[in-house]
Amino acid sequence: MSEEKKTILKIEDLHKSFGDNEVLKGVSLSLNKGENKVIIGPSGTGKSTLLNNVNRLVPPDRGRIYLDGEEITSQNINKMRQEIGFVFQDFGLFNHLTALGNVKVGLTKVKKMDKQDAQDLAMEELRRVGLEESAEQYPAELSGGQKQRVGIARALAMQPKLILFDEPTSALDPELIGEVLNVMKNLAKEGMTMLVVTHEMGFARTVSDEIIFMENGYIVEQGPPKQLFNNPDTERTREFLFKLTELYGEGDE
Amino acid sequence: MLGGALVTIRLTFFSLLLGLALAIPIAFLQIYGPKVVRRFISVYERVVRSIPLLVILFLIFYGFPRAGINFPAFAAAVLGIGIRSSAYQSQIFKGAIQSISGSQMKAALSLGMTSLQSFKNIILPQSIRIAIPPMANESAIVLKDTSLAYALGVIELLRQGGYIISTTYRPLPIYLAVAGVYLVMTLTINITLNKFEKRLKIPGIGIEERVR
Repeated sequence: MSEEKKTILKIEDLHKSFGDNEVLKGVSLSLNKGENKVIIGPSGTGKSTLLNNVNRLVPPDRGRIYLDGEEITSQNINKMRQEIGFVFQDFGLFNHLTALGNVKVGLTKVKKMDKQDAQDLAMEELRRVGLEESAEQYPAELSGGQKQRVGIARALAMQPKLILFDEPTSALDPELIGEVLNVMKNLAKEGMTMLVVTHEMGFARTVSDEIIFMENGYIVEQGPPKQLFNNPDTERTREFLFKLTELYGEGDE
Repeated sequence: MLGGALVTIRLTFFSLLLGLALAIPIAFLQIYGPKVVRRFISVYERVVRSIPLLVILFLIFYGFPRAGINFPAFAAAVLGIGIRSSAYQSQIFKGAIQSISGSQMKAALSLGMTSLQSFKNIILPQSIRIAIPPMANESAIVLKDTSLAYALGVIELLRQGGYIISTTYRPLPIYLAVAGVYLVMTLTINITLNKFEKRLKIPGIGIEERVR
């Protein structure tokens, strides 16, 4: 019964400045295996920077980050990145490769997997996001929602310990958001460990284990969605959630 | 005249190849390299592009031997034309590389690729496609510039024409024929690279152009 809580990601006192602008002013959080946490907050408060710090696409100035107990440094970064999936707001698909090629390339070039095995696994991941029929299509031939699902399949194929989502639906037309969120919901159900930056309140409310509200480089408040929505500690949290809910709706379910 | 045309083709081929071999690492370093290297490269490009090609050729062929560096005429011509072309080709590739969105580089790194792997597997294959039309242009320029190897005594198309004129005394038809051969070769380069571009086209990209 009692599922052992294993910490997958631990962030301690993270600081990051761009010039004079201190974007992260000491952020700490941790994520257990299978947990799903959503980071919300006004734009420019360091949410994306935080995710980019985790896999050092933007190296932090100060603070420590542990993946599965091992500190992430610039020395082991390529190995660590294989274990951290990243889903980008603007997809970042490789335009010269088919959907299948996009999912496969990390397996063949980074993991040095056998061609046929990589092909099978990539196809399996495309199936998981409902895109096996688009396997041979190029990114420019796909809709935004399909592109992002390829992005998710590409991250999944690497068998990561954790996936970071950086506003995965913000570049999408409203009617395409649902298909991406559904894929993410299924992943959460399957027990994938996820850290998601999003404005989708419906997703945060119904899927996440915890909501982290960030503003001005600090975590203002974090806790289970029910608590934050119904009984937040700070007035600011209440105000922000109210605004977001008003703007984006309560979400389905 | 066929012999001269073949020499012109060989000059063009090796000069372009040398230019390309230098241009890709130059472009890579100019974008991803450390600041000192970037500074050094932009000076190199500025200098190379500011000197007339004939001066570069004379410098290599007549000047360098004084410093103990001797090149046969053909090699000196390839070196001079190739170095000059590298400065232009690297500009072509720099632009092509920069036109590939930064998020693809980030995505490649996020999969655990090294920056060199990302460049080789993701950025370069797309840059090459973008670089084809300006490369067709550069190839035509290099082809025509090989006529300057004449001045080093390389028996290429133009000098061969000169030899024929000296025995036949008919400059008009001979120079017209020389010009005609250059024209045919330039067109061949353009048509070939055009086909190449079409064959390598990424499905779904460039549809806007057809509509227009």
